[in-house]
Amino acid sequence: MDEILDILINDARTPAEDIAKMTKKPVAAVKKAIKKYEEDGTIVQYKAVVNHEMAEGLSAPVRALIEVSIVPQKDVGFDHVAERIYSFAEVTSCYLVSGSYDLLLIVEGKSIQTVAEFVSSKLSPMENVRQTTTHFLLKKYKEEGKIFKQPARSSRLNISY
Amino acid sequence: MYVSKLVNDLPPSGIRAFFDLVMGMKDVVSLGVGEPDFVTPWHIREKAIYSLEQGCTSYTSNKGMPELRKEICAFLKSRFGLEYHWDNEMLVTVGASEALDLVCRAILEPGEKVIIHEPCFVAYAPLVKLAGGVPVPLITTAQEGFKVTPDKLERAWSKGTKAFLINYPCNPTGTSYTRAELAALAKVAQKKDMLVLSDEIYDELTYDFDHTPFSALPGMRERVVYLNGFSKAYAMTGWRLGWAAGNEKILAAMTKIHQYLVMCASITSQMAGREAIKNGRPDVLLMKKEYNRRRNYIVASLNELGLECHMPQGAFYAFPSIKSLNMSSIDFARDLLEKQKVALVPGGAFGSQCADHVRISYASSYDNLREAVSRITQYLKARNGGKEQQ
Repeated sequence: MDEILDILINDARTPAEDIAKMTKKPVAAVKKAIKKYEEDGTIVQYKAVVNHEMAEGLSAPVRALIEVSIVPQKDVGFDHVAERIYSFAEVTSCYLVSGSYDLLLIVEGKSIQTVAEFVSSKLSPMENVRQTTTHFLLKKYKEEGKIFKQPARSSRLNISY
Repeated sequence: MYVSKLVNDLPPSGIRAFFDLVMGMKDVVSLGVGEPDFVTPWHIREKAIYSLEQGCTSYTSNKGMPELRKEICAFLKSRFGLEYHWDNEMLVTVGASEALDLVCRAILEPGEKVIIHEPCFVAYAPLVKLAGGVPVPLITTAQEGFKVTPDKLERAWSKGTKAFLINYPCNPTGTSYTRAELAALAKVAQKKDMLVLSDEIYDELTYDFDHTPFSALPGMRERVVYLNGFSKAYAMTGWRLGWAAGNEKILAAMTKIHQYLVMCASITSQMAGREAIKNGRPDVLLMKKEYNRRRNYIVASLNELGLECHMPQGAFYAFPSIKSLNMSSIDFARDLLEKQKVALVPGGAFGSQCADHVRISYASSYDNLREAVSRITQYLKARNGGKEQQ
């Protein structure tokens, strides 16, 4: 993978000037590459990974993983049904997966009722949806490679040879 | 009065007081740490935990668990094409430091000399002295990228010199050597009939070319005592696990001392080490990639600030010059600590001729490095501002 992308995936805040130093490339070249990635859709969005348990005044959304079995359509396969599903704002992620069901959704809502309502009134009644199984998330331990509650570890000495 | 003169005369050096000052201070951004900032990868820790659950709490063979020694030898063969016999040419030690102590005691007659390059890791000269030997400093310079040259090595030799101790990539300079450069040094070692004690603990953190073990050079296998360990490559400093490889007779002598001294390395650490060397390569490469970026970042930033810094080829240290500041490294370190709470190690710790350099460790997160660069920038600005007003 391109080194610039690799750095940004790890920390999207890294300024172009620092990426230039890290990769021994001119700043202008780094800025140009990032702009290109933003324009061609390689970089879709920059956002923070938040531990909602820690965020005061920000109520954590209710999240559910929903397994969806669908009937693929002629010529367009799963894509068309998937598009109809992921277009709902409540669906924050949508994956086509192998195994006993077809789509794995992550759905967010303000409350359990909101999510349940989405499933019963929007998702399940869809023509090509055969079956859904909803798992509400109870606790987030790790996301995007980050462990939310770091175990206490002995800190290194501030100075050593 | 109960302490022997030999030990009494050893440093703790003049920078002990500085170390104490750092330890007592809060909110310090530290660039003074000589160990990885990564935690030992989980699969390695998990293996150690499992071994404890299985009741593996006994001594092991003095030389180290056969399975571990075999694994290390297999690794050396696949990585470098080096062949060591696991049973009589490989010894597992309590860190590479113990291996170094053992080899000094195993080979040195009282008064025999060991050439040691400076700047270098602080323990070398004391260990040689404790073994009854005489350290002979070979001063390397920034102009030469802190490299030992064949010419300098030959000139450092005198009658009674038993060995040449080399550490590459080097703590504190980050200097390393290409195969051709090592071959030139090897010729001198052969010509002067010196053993080579090669501390290659940072070998996996070589960024610009492939690392060549000294013993891989033609004709050098029997002459080199190859010292290494798990601390730096696998972020396992606290496990205290190292090893030595070399010719059978020297290794047998080292083993004799080792068995009386510590019996064996901790079995838990050996279990972890086996997992590390067997399955830890992807972790090593990930950490190396990260260190490399930090290296490039910190060296470019230091040079931008006017603190001249050569590009280190390995380890996780930069060794910039502070000559332009017209102050000693200990004064600079103390002043920077007091005014901006940035800790680094004064160059004087690593050799008598290094007082105009400081060691900066980039085994620290990018956020920390960025904060440190910002604080050093503030420090230098304030200092230059003060001067202009005078």
